Amino acid sequence: MEDRSKLSISERIEQKTKGSGSSSFMEKLMPAVFLLCAIISILTTLGIVFTLLFETVTFFRGVPFADFFASTEWYPFFSEPQYGIWPLVNGTLLVAGIAMMVAIPFGLGAAIYLSEYASEKVRKTVKPVLEVLAGIPTIVYGFFALTFVTPILRAVIPGLDVFNALSPGIIIGVMIIPMIASLSEDAMSSVPNSIREGAFALGATRMEVTVKVVLPAALSGVIASFVLGISRAIGETMIVSVAGGASPGMGIDPTGAVQTMTAYIVQVVKGDAGFGTPIYYSIYAVGMTLFVFTLAMNLLAHYISRRFREDY
Amino acid sequence: MNTEEKAPLAYNVEQLNLWYADNHALQDISMEIPEKSVTAIIGPSGCGKSTFIKTLNRMTEMNPIVKTNGSIKYRENEIFAKDFSVEYLRTKVGMVFQNPNPFPKSIYENVIYGPKIHGIKDKKTLDEIVEKSLKKAAIWDETKDRLKENAFGLSGGQQQRLCIARCLAIEPDIILMDEPTSALDPISTLKIEELIQELKKDYTIVIVTHNMQQAARISDNTAFFLNGVIVEYDQTDKIFSSPAKKETEDYISGRFG
Ligand SMILES: Nc1ncnc2c1ncn2[C@@H]1O[C@H](COP(=O)(O)OP(=O)(O)O)[C@@H](O)[C@H]1O
Ligand SMILES: [Mg+2]
Repeated sequence: MEDRSKLSISERIEQKTKGSGSSSFMEKLMPAVFLLCAIISILTTLGIVFTLLFETVTFFRGVPFADFFASTEWYPFFSEPQYGIWPLVNGTLLVAGIAMMVAIPFGLGAAIYLSEYASEKVRKTVKPVLEVLAGIPTIVYGFFALTFVTPILRAVIPGLDVFNALSPGIIIGVMIIPMIASLSEDAMSSVPNSIREGAFALGATRMEVTVKVVLPAALSGVIASFVLGISRAIGETMIVSVAGGASPGMGIDPTGAVQTMTAYIVQVVKGDAGFGTPIYYSIYAVGMTLFVFTLAMNLLAHYISRRFREDY
Repeated sequence: MNTEEKAPLAYNVEQLNLWYADNHALQDISMEIPEKSVTAIIGPSGCGKSTFIKTLNRMTEMNPIVKTNGSIKYRENEIFAKDFSVEYLRTKVGMVFQNPNPFPKSIYENVIYGPKIHGIKDKKTLDEIVEKSLKKAAIWDETKDRLKENAFGLSGGQQQRLCIARCLAIEPDIILMDEPTSALDPISTLKIEELIQELKKDYTIVIVTHNMQQAARISDNTAFFLNGVIVEYDQTDKIFSSPAKKETEDYISGRFG
């Protein structure tokens, strides 16, 4: 081995690139390793979907398709069980709807404040805090809903049950605020400043610049954040299990107990439904429905952010 | 300056000072800008041209580190006065930026943005404004069949003329331009220069340029800035034929900057 320090820089670079470069064993091996990683994650997802599908089909061998989609009664534990999915869908959408009524105005408001009004210093401090909030385990929110929010709500709203749709709805909304705020803020602050200046120079106020220039320009990202928020609300499990109750029903009254698709699955999994019973298989059918819902939401978000993408 | 044809003043700037934190970027600037003329601001980069022109419509105050003192009178009104509305000022004083910055909207929407936020809503008037403004900005023929298309589909030169149309749409009194052609090709530059000649019949134009031929071609008066001070301000002919100051002569003959 010659003394490398005696070589010139160009000689050392030559030595390195001539000897190995892209023809080396490692360079050839790595793509295969990365491909394997990708394949494993895809296979896992496919496996999950197939299990869902398979068990769902088993469920529908015992319970007619028509009952599942046409009936509005969900009484799987009765001696003459009813498997109409709509009460669970109803409960899910009711809670998600309440959540979005909280999350959209506050999330968007926070995003507008951070992107258009806050000083650089405030933004740099608040943004990471939002991201930390988004990482709190949901069970913590669930207990918070049951032991703190529900009692307060019950003091204000006399007819409110201990388990109700309102309290978990609000708390899921609160939980989603950081996500909507953060994603919408990203979308708004990626609108170039030169465009804002153009509007200010026409005599627009900050509010006019925000509402009539920045928001329209950032619309795709903002809407996508809403859709992802809804998707998250639909899939949320612990909060509704803890604070929402277990009474599937139809209607939009938020003061009574409800049951969401996720909460039903938890109830069955924690209970003692025997393996192979219709109740056991029903969680797969419910899970499949849930999967279709959130998949549709995610596809929608994806579509929106591509379809309405602004290129600056 | 020549006193025999003392036109009414669009601006009267007196003892203007501006700091970016500790950086004293404009020092004791005093300058009278006559109406319906083209005033060019020249000087090497970093000498404060953009900063100066942005104080004329108070765009500098968007930056929290900026501190200003002194006086700028727009048509006899002190623009730094507490009760003077900055939105009003900016509707009277349009601005065209170095890089064209149309909104990510249609050509039509770009032009009507200003009128719309200032309360003009009826379709017929807006249509008229669009046609009139695009014609004045010499871009009507190129755009009349594609008004609903996104403005980003236009070339850079067309975008810049659209930005001029957007600013004409609210019928300003003054148009500020900060190196409006520095991002454009020679042909687009020529079109904008011709446009400026046309516009000065109705508007007062203040233009920053680092292109001395451009200043010589299109302006009536020229101010030479250096390190935050005005070295010389006079009729353009005079500045370019017999400058009074050595620094001016060095700069216009290309010996520095
Ligand atoms: N946003 C800013 N923040 C801090 N300093 C600035 C800012 N803009 C300009 N300056 C400083 O002010 C001086 C004048 O800049 P500018 O007006 O942009 O010059 P010009 O347009 O003549 O090139 C320079 O020293 C520059 O560094
Ligand atoms: Mg500049």
